[in-house]
Amino acid sequence: MTDTLSTTRSASQERTKAIRAGLRRRHMSEAIFKGLGLAAIILALGFVALLFVDVVRRGLPAFTQSNLHLAVTYDPEIIDIEPAPVMVPGQSEADFRAANLKWQRDLAMLNWNKVIEASLRAAAPAGFEIESREILSIAETNARHEVRAMFVDDPGLLGQTVEVDLLASANADNWIKGNIDRSLGDAQQQLSAPARQLIDIFVENGTISTGFAWAIFTNVDSRAAPASAGLLGALVGTLYMMLIVIVLAVPIGVASAIYLEEFAPKSRLTDFIEVNINNLAAVPSIVFGLLGAAVFINYLHLPISAPIVGGLVLTLMTLPTIIIATRGALLGVSPALRQAALGMGASKTQMVFHHVLPVTFPSILTATILGVAHALGETAPLLLIGMKAFVAQVPATPFDQATALPVQIYLWQGNENRNFFEPRTAAAIIVLLAVMICLNGIAIYLRSRLEKRA
Amino acid sequence: MDSLVVAGLLIVLLGLSYQTGWSRSRALATTAGVKIHSRPQYHGALLAIWTLVPALIILGAWAWVGPGITHDFIVSQIPADTLANLDQVGLNTTISRISAIASGYGVAGEIQPFEQAGGNALRSFQLISFLLVIGAAALAGGAALFYARGRISARLRARNTVERIINLVLLACSAVAILTTVGIVASLVTEAFRFFTFINPLHFFFGTVWAPNNAPTGSNYGSYGLLPLLAGTLMITAIAMLVAVPVGLMAAIYLSQYAHRRLRAVAKPIIEILAGIPTIVFGFFALVTVGPFLRDTGRLVGLSINATSALTAGVVMGIMIIPFVSSLSDDILNQVPRSLRDGAYGLGATKSETIRNVMLPAALPGIVGAFLLAVSRAIGETMIVVLAAGNSPVLRGNPFEPVATITVSIVNQLTGDTDFTGPQSLVGFALGLTLFVITLCLNVFALFIVRRFREQYE
Amino acid sequence: MDMLANKIKTTQQSVNSAMNPLDALDRPIRLTARDVTVHYGAKQALHGISIDIPDRAVTSFIGPSGCGKSTFLRCINRMNDTIEGAKVGGTIKLDGEDIYDPSLDVVELRARIGMVFQKPNPFPKSIYDNVAYGPKIHGLARSKADLDEIVVSSLRKAGLFEEVKDRLNEPGTGLSGGQQQRLCIARAIAVGPEVILMDEPCSALDPIATAIIEELIDELRENYTIVIVTHSMQQAARVSQKTAFFHLGNLIEEGATEDIFTNPVNKQTQDYIMGRIG
Repeated sequence: MTDTLSTTRSASQERTKAIRAGLRRRHMSEAIFKGLGLAAIILALGFVALLFVDVVRRGLPAFTQSNLHLAVTYDPEIIDIEPAPVMVPGQSEADFRAANLKWQRDLAMLNWNKVIEASLRAAAPAGFEIESREILSIAETNARHEVRAMFVDDPGLLGQTVEVDLLASANADNWIKGNIDRSLGDAQQQLSAPARQLIDIFVENGTISTGFAWAIFTNVDSRAAPASAGLLGALVGTLYMMLIVIVLAVPIGVASAIYLEEFAPKSRLTDFIEVNINNLAAVPSIVFGLLGAAVFINYLHLPISAPIVGGLVLTLMTLPTIIIATRGALLGVSPALRQAALGMGASKTQMVFHHVLPVTFPSILTATILGVAHALGETAPLLLIGMKAFVAQVPATPFDQATALPVQIYLWQGNENRNFFEPRTAAAIIVLLAVMICLNGIAIYLRSRLEKRA
Repeated sequence: MDSLVVAGLLIVLLGLSYQTGWSRSRALATTAGVKIHSRPQYHGALLAIWTLVPALIILGAWAWVGPGITHDFIVSQIPADTLANLDQVGLNTTISRISAIASGYGVAGEIQPFEQAGGNALRSFQLISFLLVIGAAALAGGAALFYARGRISARLRARNTVERIINLVLLACSAVAILTTVGIVASLVTEAFRFFTFINPLHFFFGTVWAPNNAPTGSNYGSYGLLPLLAGTLMITAIAMLVAVPVGLMAAIYLSQYAHRRLRAVAKPIIEILAGIPTIVFGFFALVTVGPFLRDTGRLVGLSINATSALTAGVVMGIMIIPFVSSLSDDILNQVPRSLRDGAYGLGATKSETIRNVMLPAALPGIVGAFLLAVSRAIGETMIVVLAAGNSPVLRGNPFEPVATITVSIVNQLTGDTDFTGPQSLVGFALGLTLFVITLCLNVFALFIVRRFREQYE
Repeated sequence: MDMLANKIKTTQQSVNSAMNPLDALDRPIRLTARDVTVHYGAKQALHGISIDIPDRAVTSFIGPSGCGKSTFLRCINRMNDTIEGAKVGGTIKLDGEDIYDPSLDVVELRARIGMVFQKPNPFPKSIYDNVAYGPKIHGLARSKADLDEIVVSSLRKAGLFEEVKDRLNEPGTGLSGGQQQRLCIARAIAVGPEVILMDEPCSALDPIATAIIEELIDELRENYTIVIVTHSMQQAARVSQKTAFFHLGNLIEEGATEDIFTNPVNKQTQDYIMGRIG
């Protein structure tokens, strides 16, 4: 008896020795493994930080912009035109409009650049030598439209001098912000030497000042006048599409989830629908674009580049997400609640709509917002239904040509004037991310609020 | 048609019918001794359905055929000799002029007598037809209301009928998902088959040259070999997985097994932010930051790396997929029963030994499924590749060179061009079909594996 | 191998010369616990447990569910370390060595104090690899032959070898519940522990498998110090020499099994044994 005791004692001591011998190595590999995990976390978090810092660093400067403050004189010698037509009694509206259009056309034929040039020269130091083309390159090309539009609104301006705020050209903006290397030779500069010199003078004497770039939010896209390019058209297009997604995808998605989870008999067909929805959720978004191009545009002849088509495509794309999330929420409702409702004599429909659905409301709402946020950032399918066309006006209805925020980002990143458009693209990304963060924030807030109440 | 009037009519019908059904059944219920089957709300709803459906059918029918009838009416107002002299464009102008006169807006220029007369006639025609349609809709609704009101009785199973209708509406909604799949398959297959009438499928699937002739002249369509695109897609996907799998898996392991609760609460949502960022943003990031960085780094170590290359697109796509891999792996690791973990700890295994030798092998099928889902997502990703892969559809194995992928070529061949007549645009659908089939197979297989895995531990 | 075979022989002999259960209390003390407390967050699960565990005998912890007996068991090989928010106070000494001493390696501790769990939890590996896993990670086998020996002798000691010798490469999860639990016991034995903790090892098994495991426990106590948590008083009476009764996180009474069951001092123990506390 004592003999066995001592043998096992010594055997276990030997084992302990063997175990101890390996401990250092094992703890080392433990530390390495843990270190790798920590490194992965840091790497992933670093990517997030890098992405945001990079975008913000590039985009923030674009939220300020150089403005020109000019005294514009509506010189009757340049603006040589008959007075604006007035509606005479008995004239049809169409006739008046035709006359008015003709007057505006005549107005557009005038050389408004001369007006701009005169006011720029007035702001420059006396006797500053610069060519017309060069001095005009300081103001954005839409300046003449702005000045003319003021005259169309108020023809009484003829002969008067008014203070006007105009945009400095994109190239001037680049020069002022230092987006372009100031030490480069004349050949590589977009602006001529006198123009650059004059810009610096303007900055000093206050003719050019920097202000918040409202153009980003109040203007539509522009190619001819880059400094005036804005996101308004894209924002409205995106808004239309999101409304369509909300109006269509949410009711249909929630309804199908309710049917599949609560009413559908368990059969081959419902199994098939389930598999089908799971797969649909994983179909690449670009395939939905192909569907939109073939069915909505080519077959149903819906207008090309229109938010209605974009909205429909995004609806179909978002639908599976909403269905899956809603089904998950319905599945999470305790059977006790269902049995209680049924036990009270409620019909199945009453049980679902009066008892189950209200409980799942927070989750459904959250899933919906997240689905919409995802649709908001989608680009590829929209390219296929023609939404990358250049659209220079705010779409009045969902049937008009339009573009969307992410597509606008795509269009701007491809613009040749990189120095100007790269920051502006980053600015558009900041706007897009801000909208998405707001949506996600709302989703999180609503969920915590509603869950607390429930 | 004046939509306000229509909306008004529908609202009046709705209110009237619901109220009638409600009060009538209510009256029945209050009669002593009668036990009513359904509550008044259901009678109201049933009556509203009875009333609105015929009215909507009539309004819908007019919206369908009305424009055609109006068009024919206008044409009938144009004198025959004038009509004979008009070509299609002229006819359209005349019709829009007459419509403009009828609307009271007027037209520019001199108005011909027949235009004025036509305008006047059209105005009265529009008024009369509008009144007729509204009247008919109201009448049909009213008649249906009257009939259905007569059916109300204590024993009418209004609730059951309403619920059956709700059921049908719900069923119709779930059919949308099926229709979407049918629509995708049908449009891809038909258009792809049209493509194959121009190009031999063998040349498409096994061709090694991708050079579509995009100028739509003559019958020289160019070559449409899929292989360079497929190779590019696979190369970028492989690079993306090389980035995403180690980082995502290790991040999931660290967060679920090692991290303190507070770190997990902060780090997990932050990593998942990556999943919510639109891909166009990743594309921009790849184009302006990652690409140049890789190029400069390559230059430092003596490698020639293009700023837009398979490497750039793959790395950024990998970053995008990290949260996808990590949250799926996290889910799956959490499903490994705690008792297995305890068993290993009880033997004196260290944490990493437990994870590597017991948990990962147990979770392997699930994790493989998760990786396949990630692969399928990478294959279908578009915008990062459009911006950062350089679009060079040439078969080559160097990841530092630009490549093109299936998705990029779909975008290139199909943007805005819906005139699907030549192989130049139709090839988009053949590519789309290829993409759809690849991702579908991956998904079905992956979901199958994951489901098997879940069942194993239930 | 000769030594192992000898040991098996002596084990069998000593089973035949059945030891008086009361002798257990005269055995040297292997484990001592003093004022052990456990908190899960703000909730206190154990209130100052003090007990001595005798060497090479079976000590059973009984008590109604949620009384802290499993919690205390998990303190003995520091399994509570793996639960977030668990805090252990007091001292537990194995051969006079404080197991909560920061300088002590928990890996080494768990190799010395093995554990068998409530639900059989074989790893998703072959039967062979299940048993070989412990010796492998601890580096206990110098060669493949060494490892084979350890696996075979462990399976033999767990009374499973004859049943599985032809399918050592099949997955352990394919065995029946009782076999799985014996596999888990073999897996624990393979590391060569001095103490084996068993957390309701038979609660998931049918009566026949339970009887086999109980017999096995009786055999094993010749070489190992065994602590078993059980919800079955009959089982405690059948297999253990010492019994401790837990209630609401307190150790109410401890002593020779026979004494506890025939002559309990404490009123609560009486009530429990009579079936008045469930």
